[in-house]
Amino acid sequence: MSEGASAIETFDCRNAFASTLEEMAARDPRVCAVVNDSIGSTKLKGFRDRFPERFVNVGIAEQNMVGTSAGLATGGMIPFCCGASCFLTARSMEQVKVDLGYAKNNVKLCGMSSGMAYGELGPTHHSIEDLAWTRVIPNLTVIVPADPVETRAALLWAKDHVGPVFLRLSRMPVPKLLLDNHVFLPGKAATLRDGDEIAIIANGVMVARALDAAERLHARGVEARVINMASMSPIDRDAVLRAAQETRGIVTAEEASIYGGLGGAVAEIVAEEHPVRVKRLGVPGVFAPTGSAEFLLEHFGLTAAGIETAAIDLLDKETTQ
Amino acid sequence: MTDFTGKQELSGLKERLRKSAGNVRARALQMVYHAKLGHPGGDLSSADILTTLYLAVLRIEPGNPSWPERDRFILSKGHCSAALYATLAEAGILDEQALQTFMEPLSLLNGHPDRNKVKGVEANTGPLGHGLPIATGCALAAKMQKASWRTFVLTGDGEVQEGSNWEAALCAAHYGLDNLTLIIDRNRIQQGDFTETILKLDPLAEKWRAFGWYVVEVNGHDYDDLLRVLSAVPHEKGKPTCVIANTIKGRGVSFMENKPQWHHRVPLESELAAALAELEKDEP
Repeated sequence: MSEGASAIETFDCRNAFASTLEEMAARDPRVCAVVNDSIGSTKLKGFRDRFPERFVNVGIAEQNMVGTSAGLATGGMIPFCCGASCFLTARSMEQVKVDLGYAKNNVKLCGMSSGMAYGELGPTHHSIEDLAWTRVIPNLTVIVPADPVETRAALLWAKDHVGPVFLRLSRMPVPKLLLDNHVFLPGKAATLRDGDEIAIIANGVMVARALDAAERLHARGVEARVINMASMSPIDRDAVLRAAQETRGIVTAEEASIYGGLGGAVAEIVAEEHPVRVKRLGVPGVFAPTGSAEFLLEHFGLTAAGIETAAIDLLDKETTQ
Repeated sequence: MTDFTGKQELSGLKERLRKSAGNVRARALQMVYHAKLGHPGGDLSSADILTTLYLAVLRIEPGNPSWPERDRFILSKGHCSAALYATLAEAGILDEQALQTFMEPLSLLNGHPDRNKVKGVEANTGPLGHGLPIATGCALAAKMQKASWRTFVLTGDGEVQEGSNWEAALCAAHYGLDNLTLIIDRNRIQQGDFTETILKLDPLAEKWRAFGWYVVEVNGHDYDDLLRVLSAVPHEKGKPTCVIANTIKGRGVSFMENKPQWHHRVPLESELAAALAELEKDEP
């Protein structure tokens, strides 16, 4: 990992998403897909061609897209409702709350190109609020996979789970981090690297960067624990508390607003149960400037170097306190 | 579904519907009075539609509300839950005793229906504009499964001001969902005033026709009209049906009829007594 992501083969998780969805549809006639004129960006052309009778394009209409998905579930289907996360969540928030969370409809929301993947298109197309919005909705499982293996594992779990799920997916290239036989479990974090001086809790595209940061910290003599918190809701409280109890502080890293998402969730848990210093890395309450996704991640310190610096700063504050 | 070929049978059915709708109206008003909350105007305008659906149109098994082959009915105007619960009791799906708990602490009977609490309820509604998209999805699911069950959804008329309905209207027509029937309770009054004062809906039938629906207008208090139209869907192959049911808000209680304030006014004790007396005397 010390070479950085550029030297390693990387993957667009949408390919694992599309192939897994087709595979599940081939096995289970209840699996169907709903899109909002987003066949290209969801990479579901193959699904449409193979299962045209189970493919619904509702046009550019996200409220109806989520409501129709709730109805498909009421009628016995297992709909995967797929669109750009910025529109899927923001435009249809009441349907997500009422038709899915409250009504417990068996719908799988697939928010594509989340975070700042649509960098240059601007804050209208960024989806950095979706974690804060979705994780407060009861009954809705929120998952942020870190790599193609976890994307596939999360989809397989979501199909068999009876209840609403929000899968927050990205198009940002990421290396393969997990073993092929990885099984997703809700409410269970995975510790990808052990360490007892500081803990880095990350999800999605930030997990690979967190591992790189841990390698850099190791070179400086600092042992960092890296926790992949793919299950945002329910969150793994025990893993967070162990990190609080067994290290000197926590850095969270997410491609999202620092308010209300992973950083917020971790801060809530430690503030209640075992207060330690928490540094939240993410978008600090601003609309992002213009730039590519990679530029914006660097701009907000969402890189291995940025996490490393945040970890060292946190440990310095702890030492001088 | 009932076969209405015999005149005597039809007359018996209509009498049963009249009695049941009267019970639904009386119970809904009592429930609202006891809860000191509710929407009596819409309960009364929709009572004949609801009883016709549940007692004569929907293919359901009252003892088995989750029967997979059942017709789906979605009350999109979830604020008229008192009328829905009272109708479910008339249909033998909900225990009549439960009606007394309407909106009490920890009651299963919320002010707006919850499908996870009440058997026979298909959707959690209350915020407007949710029912038609859900019904569209139900109808798509039946088509995907090549199943013969049908989907019915009842919306308010003010409710169709919500844009989500028009998203669903395009979708249902595009996919040719002739197994979907929308009924609009066209009582011409919404929360604040008459619909045409707040935000014009007319010409409403033309709008739905333009969206590609088969549209028919009925008197929403006339059982002949309701039975004729609702038992004969689909009316046009490849098109969803929109039934504009012209109704009177507060129907059956003279001092509540066509008065916007009865959208969610709670009757006084004397008003409840007067209303129940009027309903008791109601003639077909």
